[in-house]
Amino acid sequence: MAVIAPQTGRAPLTRPPAPAAPRRSPGRRKMTWIAWGFAAPFMILFVVFMAGPILASFVMSFTDLTTRDLRSPFNVNFVGVENYINLFNDPRFITALTNTAVFVIAGVPLTIVLALLVALALNNGINKFRTVFRVGYYAPVVTSIVAIAIVWKFILQPDGLLNGFLALFGISGPNWLENTTFALPSLIAMAIWRNIGTLMVIFLAGLQGVSQEQLEAAMMDGAGPVKRFFNVVIPAMRPTLLFAAVITGIGFLQFFEEPFVMTRGGPLDATLSTAMYTFNQFGFGNYSYASAASYVLFLGIVVLSLVQFRFLRQKD
Amino acid sequence: MQRKPRWWLYVVLVTGFVAMIFPFIWMLLGSFKTNAEIRRAPLNFLPEDPTLENYVQLFGRLDFTTYFTNSVVVAVFVTLGNIAFSSMLGYALAKLEFAGKKVLFGLVLGTLMVPGVVTFVPLFVLTSNLGLVNSYPGLILPFLITPLGVFLMRQFILSLPDDIIEAARIDGASEWRIFLRVIMPLCGPAVATLAILTFLGSWNNFLWPLVVATSEDKYTLPVALALYSVGQNASQYGLMMAGAVVVVVPVLAIFIALQRYFVQGIALTGIK
Repeated sequence: MAVIAPQTGRAPLTRPPAPAAPRRSPGRRKMTWIAWGFAAPFMILFVVFMAGPILASFVMSFTDLTTRDLRSPFNVNFVGVENYINLFNDPRFITALTNTAVFVIAGVPLTIVLALLVALALNNGINKFRTVFRVGYYAPVVTSIVAIAIVWKFILQPDGLLNGFLALFGISGPNWLENTTFALPSLIAMAIWRNIGTLMVIFLAGLQGVSQEQLEAAMMDGAGPVKRFFNVVIPAMRPTLLFAAVITGIGFLQFFEEPFVMTRGGPLDATLSTAMYTFNQFGFGNYSYASAASYVLFLGIVVLSLVQFRFLRQKD
Repeated sequence: MQRKPRWWLYVVLVTGFVAMIFPFIWMLLGSFKTNAEIRRAPLNFLPEDPTLENYVQLFGRLDFTTYFTNSVVVAVFVTLGNIAFSSMLGYALAKLEFAGKKVLFGLVLGTLMVPGVVTFVPLFVLTSNLGLVNSYPGLILPFLITPLGVFLMRQFILSLPDDIIEAARIDGASEWRIFLRVIMPLCGPAVATLAILTFLGSWNNFLWPLVVATSEDKYTLPVALALYSVGQNASQYGLMMAGAVVVVVPVLAIFIALQRYFVQGIALTGIK
């Protein structure tokens, strides 16, 4: 007792001096517990419904899982890359990939050009009705693709609004959605129409970053509007344009609702998309095969995302 | 560049504007026309004899009341879940120092661009083994969280000053209390943006409800509309236009009333 007593008596002195302010910031270890408490609900759902399925889809693509294994998804055989080999030997899948590529390659630049045109027009001293214009151009973005595809489907019927309009000029329009030449371009036109608003808003923000001094200096040097656009505006907008191309590309790669509602992938697979092919295979019960198809699509999205990440890192 | 606007700018903008909104006007007008009138050549613009018959059929014969209710129930729960879970994780990522933070953020950010088409097959296997196919939980659970929501909330909370949190800690408030009483009341604009974006995302969502709602009683509006439009009602133009109106008009109304939050959402995340 005699040994302990002085120790307890001295104990307060050996402790680190109390902080001047009574701060109660928890220790790092305790903080980690608290922080994970905040993260837990999200992370549990994230692992079960997001990260898990992403991995599971990848693993499944190397198995022979079909609808018969629905109740015993772990009782399957690994078949290596067989699903992928079969995919690339299926002419319909190649058609789907080609259509998807056309959709992206034709749709993305056209959307960018039109959205840039609108953004430039709005940015050039249009103050009257500015909000009205912005709301109008953005309205298609917020609406359901399914609903809008139904409206477009009726507009594009042989006896629909578009052909009625063309008839005023003596032009006899085709059956847009049943014609192998015009079906895919019709869907692309609708997708462009729906996505202009998003890029318009992004470009309007990007245009704020174009240096006024440079524009004025170019004007002093006698550069006309076209020259100013290509030599000053476009270089300053490059990161924005790339970002726009990537997000539009990622969106267009997944096109599904449009063919589902308007053409069912026809005529003669002219509008069959990769996402629709995947969905159809799922419908046939070929789960592992559908997963493989979805991963091919995913690869395209990853490539586009990497382009963007690399570019943004360069910027830093 | 505040130069004097030129006439051609207005020509470009007005032409584009008409092209953008005309399908909506055509949809609205068509929903009040009889099927015979819509299919008649030459087309007439305004409904000759406006009728509510399409809407009567939609909510009578076709049970759109159920689909509308389903869409609302799913969207409300999805929105509430996203607000709660994204804010909590967003706060931890923005203002707390802890082990595993970087990995966690990287993991969530890495899935930002993963589309539903990559996950829906295993999700369906999971959902059916949980016995949740064709149920509200089956429709709702996979969408209670979105990486975009976390990103948005984290970015916003990062911009809040640390001093207010320190002050609350000195007063002895727990982290949970700080989150609820100090942080959340300041997150109004971010929460509003997140709420609108997730509500719309859920309202317009198609692929997953199409997969998991296997009978009519659990169809959401886009699923019902899409399946009817390719089924036996395919040639009922007026009816389908009215269906499209029911899906689109609530969303357009929300958008026009709250449009500044949409622009804010793009500004905060860079993504629609």
